[in-house]
Amino acid sequence: MSYDTQLFKLLENKRIADGVFSWTVKNSELSALAECGQFVNIKVPGRTLRRPISICDKDEDTLRLVFQVKGEGTKIMSEMRVGSEVEILAPLGHGFDIKKGRRYCFVGGGIGVPPLLFAAKQTENPLVITGFRSKNLVILQDDFKEIGSELYLTTDDGTDGIHGFVTDVLKEHIGEVDEVCACGPLPMLKAVAAVCKDKVKCQVSLEERMGCGIGACLVCSCKTKVGDEEVMTQVCRRGPVYMAEEVFFGG
Amino acid sequence: MADLSVNICGVEFKNPIIAASGTFGFGREFSELYPLSNLGGVSSKGITLEPRDGNPTPRIAECESGILNAVGLQNPGVDHFIEYDLDWLKAQDTVVIANIAGNTAEDYCAMADKLSASSVDMIELNISCPNVKCGGVQFGTQPDSVASITAEVKKHCKKPLIVKLSPNVKDIAEIARAAESAGADALSMINTLTGMRIDINTARPIIHNNTGGMSGPAVFPVAVRMVWQAAGAVKIPIIGMGGISKWQDAVEMLMAGASALQVGTALFNDPYAPLKINNGLNDFMDENGYNSIKELTGIVEPY
Repeated sequence: MSYDTQLFKLLENKRIADGVFSWTVKNSELSALAECGQFVNIKVPGRTLRRPISICDKDEDTLRLVFQVKGEGTKIMSEMRVGSEVEILAPLGHGFDIKKGRRYCFVGGGIGVPPLLFAAKQTENPLVITGFRSKNLVILQDDFKEIGSELYLTTDDGTDGIHGFVTDVLKEHIGEVDEVCACGPLPMLKAVAAVCKDKVKCQVSLEERMGCGIGACLVCSCKTKVGDEEVMTQVCRRGPVYMAEEVFFGG
Repeated sequence: MADLSVNICGVEFKNPIIAASGTFGFGREFSELYPLSNLGGVSSKGITLEPRDGNPTPRIAECESGILNAVGLQNPGVDHFIEYDLDWLKAQDTVVIANIAGNTAEDYCAMADKLSASSVDMIELNISCPNVKCGGVQFGTQPDSVASITAEVKKHCKKPLIVKLSPNVKDIAEIARAAESAGADALSMINTLTGMRIDINTARPIIHNNTGGMSGPAVFPVAVRMVWQAAGAVKIPIIGMGGISKWQDAVEMLMAGASALQVGTALFNDPYAPLKINNGLNDFMDENGYNSIKELTGIVEPY
């Protein structure tokens, strides 16, 4: 079994920034299978579609899921009570490929930051660059510090950390790392991939509106380059993590 | 334990629950959750003569008790299906229905030729996809075009031919009769209803195709009504679908006149939905003294 839908117990539901919530959910069987960069698909009471959320971290029998309230489904999730049971399809997709003995840089933007914590924990001396629109949206800084990251914070409006973009910091440090893993808005991923091009390998985690979450319904397909061929692949199955050169960023 | 088996056009299904086209791919992803032999059948993702990339994303939006989708028939093409997916699917001990869509009558006929020579059990003629510019629904909204495409494909089709009907029509009974008179062996209905959602923050449609096909519990009453009307108009069996998400819906759809059922959108909410529906249906039949699915089909007593 690589994935299944089972009940998880909601152990914690905590607001960690404006409109951003952190869940800890318990189910030992499925938590054990989770790898960094994967995601879960959460059944929300009263909604037809599940909500795909990246895995921020895991413990022996729990998963940590950090999400932003964007619409009705995530709003319902943010109001769910600790102690209740949540049905979650997990773990899904292909995550980050982390190799021993390499120095990684993790670049995250906004709600793209959470899955990088799980990934950074798999590495030694990670360089982590996190960017947010403004101070009220900053998350997970202490978590990254705790695991010994060399941590940089940027905000678009200068209200916290460095006034600027994650790519400004990345350009300064690109020579210090062997590989980059990025998650965030598409324009950010495109800019990160451009900085990495011809210098270091770059993995990017994509986001797309999803249906089934397991690769059957083809709702979340994107055009990708595999070898010399252009093929449609499902972000929920072949992704969410791709090599940057496999992705058409558009524009 | 009631007898859940159904026979549609000579094809034996062990139970009436079929995974609906477009929600189940070619079955592999769901087979990692449960053996497909639990299902009466699987209707494949809509197949075209040549591979298709489908529409740009986003391809899905949610609505109250349902969704809209506009995948646009992304699929690897009929040859790829026959070569790489069919044998595997056939080995899963479930009925295999090939759902086909085309740009032209010739496309449909060419696919019917290829699939007639294959091991698929049945062919489902998709003349009701609302999400592609040509092919699909333009064949399915007028009685004469339904009759003509059905008759054309029937000449090439050596398998039982199911015609999948669109709900986006004026008179569903008339369409159903047109398909039957042109040689359809069965009907499946309903495909999705054309809908639209707009993101109020950007004033742009949520789905890149602007419009999409609506499905899910919200369309269920429409589907029941249309199956009931069609069942009153034709003698061939009807495979009912459209928003079935729980066993009660299955019973209702059978009572409206369906002989078998397809479950689609419910899979996104709960991938185990078809199995739960099947179990609930079995319990209902046992508790109420129904011995076979046939005893439920079309028993509604209208006022």
